Amino acid sequence: MTGKTLYDKLWQSHVVREEADGTCLLYIDRHLVHEVTSPQAFEGLRLAGRRAWRSDSIVANPDHNTPTDHWDEGIKDPVSRLQVETLDANIKDVGALIYFPFKHANQGIIHVIGPENGATLPGMTVVCGDSHTSTHGAFGALAHGIGTSEVEHVLATQTLVAKRSRTMLIKVEGQLGAGVTAKDVALAIIGKIGTAGGTGHAVEFAGSAVRDLSMEGRMTLCNMAIEGGARAGLVAPDDKTFAYLEGRQYAPKGQAWQDAVAYWKTLRSDTDAKFDAVVELDAAKIEPQVTWGTSPEQVLPVGAKVPNPAKEKDPVKRASIERALKYMGIAADTPIGEIKVDKVFVGSCTNSRIEDMRAVAEIARGRKKAASVKQVLIVPGSGQVKRQAEAEGLDKVFIDAGFEWREPGCSMCLAMNADRLDPGERCASTSNRNFEGRQGAGGRTHLVSPAMAAAAAIAGHFVDIRSL
Amino acid sequence: MEPFTIHRGIAVPLLRANVDTDAIIPSREMKRVGKTGLGQGLFAGWRYRNSDSREPEPDFVLNQARYAGASILLAGENFGCGSSREHAVWALKEYGFRAVLAPSFGVIFRDNCIRNGVLPIVLDEAKLIAIAEDSSAGGPVTVDLRSCQVFSPGGSVYSFDIPSAQREMLLEGLDPVALTLKLADRIEAFQRQDRLERPWIYLNRLREPSP
Repeated sequence: MTGKTLYDKLWQSHVVREEADGTCLLYIDRHLVHEVTSPQAFEGLRLAGRRAWRSDSIVANPDHNTPTDHWDEGIKDPVSRLQVETLDANIKDVGALIYFPFKHANQGIIHVIGPENGATLPGMTVVCGDSHTSTHGAFGALAHGIGTSEVEHVLATQTLVAKRSRTMLIKVEGQLGAGVTAKDVALAIIGKIGTAGGTGHAVEFAGSAVRDLSMEGRMTLCNMAIEGGARAGLVAPDDKTFAYLEGRQYAPKGQAWQDAVAYWKTLRSDTDAKFDAVVELDAAKIEPQVTWGTSPEQVLPVGAKVPNPAKEKDPVKRASIERALKYMGIAADTPIGEIKVDKVFVGSCTNSRIEDMRAVAEIARGRKKAASVKQVLIVPGSGQVKRQAEAEGLDKVFIDAGFEWREPGCSMCLAMNADRLDPGERCASTSNRNFEGRQGAGGRTHLVSPAMAAAAAIAGHFVDIRSL
Repeated sequence: MEPFTIHRGIAVPLLRANVDTDAIIPSREMKRVGKTGLGQGLFAGWRYRNSDSREPEPDFVLNQARYAGASILLAGENFGCGSSREHAVWALKEYGFRAVLAPSFGVIFRDNCIRNGVLPIVLDEAKLIAIAEDSSAGGPVTVDLRSCQVFSPGGSVYSFDIPSAQREMLLEGLDPVALTLKLADRIEAFQRQDRLERPWIYLNRLREPSP
């Protein structure tokens, strides 16, 4: 008998019932909820006269719509305010293990507050009406995004109807070069497999370069699994995982902690486990990455030139390159280092944790933003991240550099609040999607690591972080 | 849920790859707490010259007279990738789409379609191009979920696969929550056993919302 993958173990430990065709009813341990994808689910529950199955599985928090400045003035946009107030009312009605309303000291991006409060644990099933739920796979939890109908299903039944995914092992062996981060690894992987490369698969990230990443780095990596088409990304829990969780508010304590750690140590792929697909990358060869187009797979090392569609033989790919370059307003063969930016955004569930703030501060210390750069937004992932950064004096470094130090939230990653690009503006962004209009209608997004974003803010154009 | 058995309608081609759910409905168009009113935000970034004035972009395929009233979308590879927003499906449905045909779909989007009575059909790109060419000459496409076949106006017939449980759910218009709640005792039994094996999952008790 061949061994089991980590995914197999997580899956099998949550199957309530399996049908003959392989469809499973899967038990859900943790349900994360935010204001944009939940109102219709709570309403559906009410209209059907149903009750929430297990409210103490819910961790909730508004994040997509909340402003990142002038909190004293409340939420000015009435539609955003309605979504946030609807979440308040729904949680008041249904209950939750954790609820941080707007302006609470610990409010933040849902994928940041789960782990930092110890509410995301290894071996859990974690779902949220948000595709970046894959983030929590960094803890060895089976975590993935769901639609609003499924949010209602989980509220009502504590389960999901699902079929097993195929498994993909992405191994990154060796040591990352100086200035190369988890974000660059994630983008390099997507560049290699494509945005649909992981479709139908649950991805396990492994290899020495992945083990060497901090928990923050592993979260960045798993966060981007969905951009490679995979609903879930996983990293096997290890001593680093346990050290991160120990003592956090909702993590188990005492004997329960000991028992939990003993169980969590079994959560790894067996040495003879078989994966449906295996992808290998050499860590030493990964360079700082910059996306040039309108899909995360349109990515290149910072020293490269953007592609020339005339050199592409495949007509479909050629059309796609032409379309992306036209939208992005970049001529074929332009060196990435010559692309100038109008704005810089540091934040999002991909890169808004304390390690990201430190990486930006390290570049910004003693430097000033380029005069040509209109705005540099630094948006911490949560109240806790914000306080930690301020305790380390990072806020002063940002302000001295001419950056704006904001309140936590999703902010300009998806521009549902007032933080957005104007048509034609170009942004170096630490977020996860460079789709057309994602950061504002007509906005142009280049995805990069926090350090690369900071360097672009200082220089006014992309620069190789390793040359600083 | 509205059942899906057979549907006949105009098919409109949007055969570009990696159309994400932000393109299907931009975040600025989904600031609602209900499922309605989203149809006008469908493909807003492409459909309007200016999304505030709603002045139509005449080059966009949905705005072309021959595709007025289209209810079947012929899409490219990895259609509906990206954000989990079910608003994308609600917008497509409110606009009038009942079926989306593509070589592949974003995983969450595909599940969202099933949950809303919109039929996602996987067909090779070559077949989609053939259906698009037939349709451009006029005539409706018929999608039959009972026989799992697509009938192109040119006379060609294409078979497709869909998991049996999902097919049944669509044909019958079943409520998946009600189906699962029939298994409530099984879920309770799972919880009782699991509480013994992983007690730490159940340690934290419900608290009142923080002030």
